[in-house]
Amino acid sequence: MDYATLLQVLDSTFRLATPLLLACLAGLYSERAGIFDIGLEGKMLAAAFLSAAVAFVTGSVWLGLLAGIAASMLLSIIHGLASITFRGNQLISGVAINFLASGLTVLVAQAWFAQGGRTPSLSGAGRFSPWEWPFAEAIIPVPVVGPLYNELISGHTAIVYLALAMVPISWYVLFRTRFGLRLRAVGENPAAVDTAGVSVVGLRFAAVAICGVLCGVAGAYLATSLQAGFVKEMTAGRGYIALAALIFAKWRPWYALYACLLFGFLQAIALRFQNLDLGLFTVPVEFMDALPYILTVVILAGFVGKAIPPRAGGEPYVKER
Amino acid sequence: MSTAAIELKGISKAFGPVQANKDISISVQPGTIHGIIGENGAGKSTLMSILYGFYKADAGEIFIRGQKTSIPDSQAAIAAGIGMVFQHFKLVENFTVLENIILGAEDGGFLKPSLAKARKLLKELADDYGLSVDPDAKVEALSVGYQQRIEILKALYRQADILILDEPTGVLTPAEADQLFRILGRLREEGKTIILITHKLREIMDITDTVSVMRRGEMTATVKTAATSPTELAELMVGRKVLLRVDKKPATPGAPVLKVDNLRVVDNKGVERVKGISFEVRAGEILGLAGVAGNGQSELLEVLGGYRAATGQIVMNNEEIDLTGAKSDGQSRRARGIAHVPEDRQREGLIMDFMAWENTAFGYHKDNRYKKGVLSDNASIRGDTEEKMERFDVRPPNPKLSAKNFSGGNQQKIVLAREIERNPDLLLIGQPTRGVDIGAIEFIHQQIVALRDQGKAILLVSVELDEIMSLSDRIAVMFDGHIMGERQPDQTDEKELGLLMAGLTPEAAE
Repeated sequence: MDYATLLQVLDSTFRLATPLLLACLAGLYSERAGIFDIGLEGKMLAAAFLSAAVAFVTGSVWLGLLAGIAASMLLSIIHGLASITFRGNQLISGVAINFLASGLTVLVAQAWFAQGGRTPSLSGAGRFSPWEWPFAEAIIPVPVVGPLYNELISGHTAIVYLALAMVPISWYVLFRTRFGLRLRAVGENPAAVDTAGVSVVGLRFAAVAICGVLCGVAGAYLATSLQAGFVKEMTAGRGYIALAALIFAKWRPWYALYACLLFGFLQAIALRFQNLDLGLFTVPVEFMDALPYILTVVILAGFVGKAIPPRAGGEPYVKER
Repeated sequence: MSTAAIELKGISKAFGPVQANKDISISVQPGTIHGIIGENGAGKSTLMSILYGFYKADAGEIFIRGQKTSIPDSQAAIAAGIGMVFQHFKLVENFTVLENIILGAEDGGFLKPSLAKARKLLKELADDYGLSVDPDAKVEALSVGYQQRIEILKALYRQADILILDEPTGVLTPAEADQLFRILGRLREEGKTIILITHKLREIMDITDTVSVMRRGEMTATVKTAATSPTELAELMVGRKVLLRVDKKPATPGAPVLKVDNLRVVDNKGVERVKGISFEVRAGEILGLAGVAGNGQSELLEVLGGYRAATGQIVMNNEEIDLTGAKSDGQSRRARGIAHVPEDRQREGLIMDFMAWENTAFGYHKDNRYKKGVLSDNASIRGDTEEKMERFDVRPPNPKLSAKNFSGGNQQKIVLAREIERNPDLLLIGQPTRGVDIGAIEFIHQQIVALRDQGKAILLVSVELDEIMSLSDRIAVMFDGHIMGERQPDQTDEKELGLLMAGLTPEAAE
């Protein structure tokens, strides 16, 4: 692999890791507050559809982004009502959200656009355009650094940079602010938060809302940046991979970045080398495509070692003496 | 008389048909320790939960320092200067001490200034009250006694001057309990008002100034501690005369039933917990095994009960028993005449979601009386359970009630009935009265002595020194996997046993 190819692969790594990272951080806020969220997938899907639909109709990707966030938030509120207010089972609520999103997006897309459950292709202001950094063109002749700057650092859409920025921001919020302390406490021992005179329900809803916003951005990115429009099941299990990355990352923001970059890298490799020739034999394209998912299974099967989830995770809080 | 720190007037609270608090009025003087005593389920915790804003009273008024105060939630209680130390600590285990202390009482949105302030204040509190802790230690790494200290510090950090402690010594060793009482004494000197909820008479007598007695949701009496006696308090609690001393004749020990020789146990983490102990228990005697929790007694009971492997030799009725392998399990131990009342009845003695009759059959479910061909004869088990409940005074005597719906004492009676009624040669009994109310303690002690008088061997493991001293015919003390020594109950005292429990022989201590 030469330098240019490596840069191209790394460049796609960042693009492909972005939705994973946003969803993973979304799950991190929710699960750190004790609300397991298997519905990341469904929220991203709903956001992808509505953002593409609104971006197409209005011609503005920013309105599309807002619509995507709204769609995801709506599902988040449903999840919050089911699992916080009514103390239902969080897994069942999440699964229901995934089914709802999977069916509803195709149905509504067909009803609105009649193109077989997809939205029309987006172009121009309907998509996020790359940010070209200063001197990106001028610097190319500089050896090593030039191509690196041009290919890898410059030329991504705003959301890629936003996702990367969310890592240190999330770390700071969780570990250096009052809100973060309370959020983590409510995922570990809600009774401690309750007896300290802080609302458990309020904190958990705040966490679920943040989760909704981040999933919305992730979904909008898929439909308006990574691709040009919505197609059926376009999330392709990314919500579940994000959950696997979250476990791999042991519910920590920086580790989440590394985990998502790893998954993104595997996806980039699979895209770049469709039939990987290793000399002795050729790795078939199907295997390359399956690699991120295989890795997910391996990781979930306990390769990570001991990952301790937030102790009150998945448990509705019931006040007791 | 100065203005009361707390005054409750006519507090009532019902949970469905159950009247947990009935028209309760109480007045607590500032700078005193006020005890609230009563059996489990008497309504003590409900009353304090109302004061701390966890429950809303159906009727009644609360006055704090003479001011009528409404306490709709914990926030309001904290604002009124009330701090509460719950029986089950409300700490975030993987947070540091400092983080736990500021949680909910931070100054501003960023942690750094709050943590710095808390660190400084913690040092002052440590100096003022002798409550030193390492602010950067993770809570999960601290002992239970230290964790309780953090709960107290949490309340003081929020400038509480009224402190409620709910059964604070239930989880403490005797030494830790003494330490806690010294801290409470210090807090009283500093003018804090303390409410101590307990069902242990000795604690009330040792430390309180005034005591209120609750029974079945009602406040039956409030008296000066100096003007009352344990016997009188016990009577007020239970509503009838209670025998606090165990009434027993001298033992007439016979042949050895159980002989343990050089027994060693290594736990799952590879740590040796029992380090080569030897002892015997004879027919017709109670051997009391004293020691602070975690010195190998639990592992010893598990080996004898058949659910932990060990090396060494155990001889039961002159026959050696297997310590490992397929024949070392609870079933084979029971076949040898060993009955076991485990230390933790809720985890090892009962299945809490199963009904009483199902629990009564456990371990003996293969008994022919309980079988009808290949099926189990549920009617027969239920009938048998009903009789057992009658004889052991289990209340309510309803075999179809889940184990979790009985009080601690009645749960213990169910386990005891199951094990004793099988007429074992040896009874292993761990912490027989932990979390059991005083009326039931008397009954359980009588049953143990009665079994001894029938010529059975009994191995009693307890962390309650009182219980060991009043029941045992011989006392052995365990420390760090060794038996430190054996004493006759009438030739020793709490001080000597306490030293042995701390790993010191009296000679070495002098």
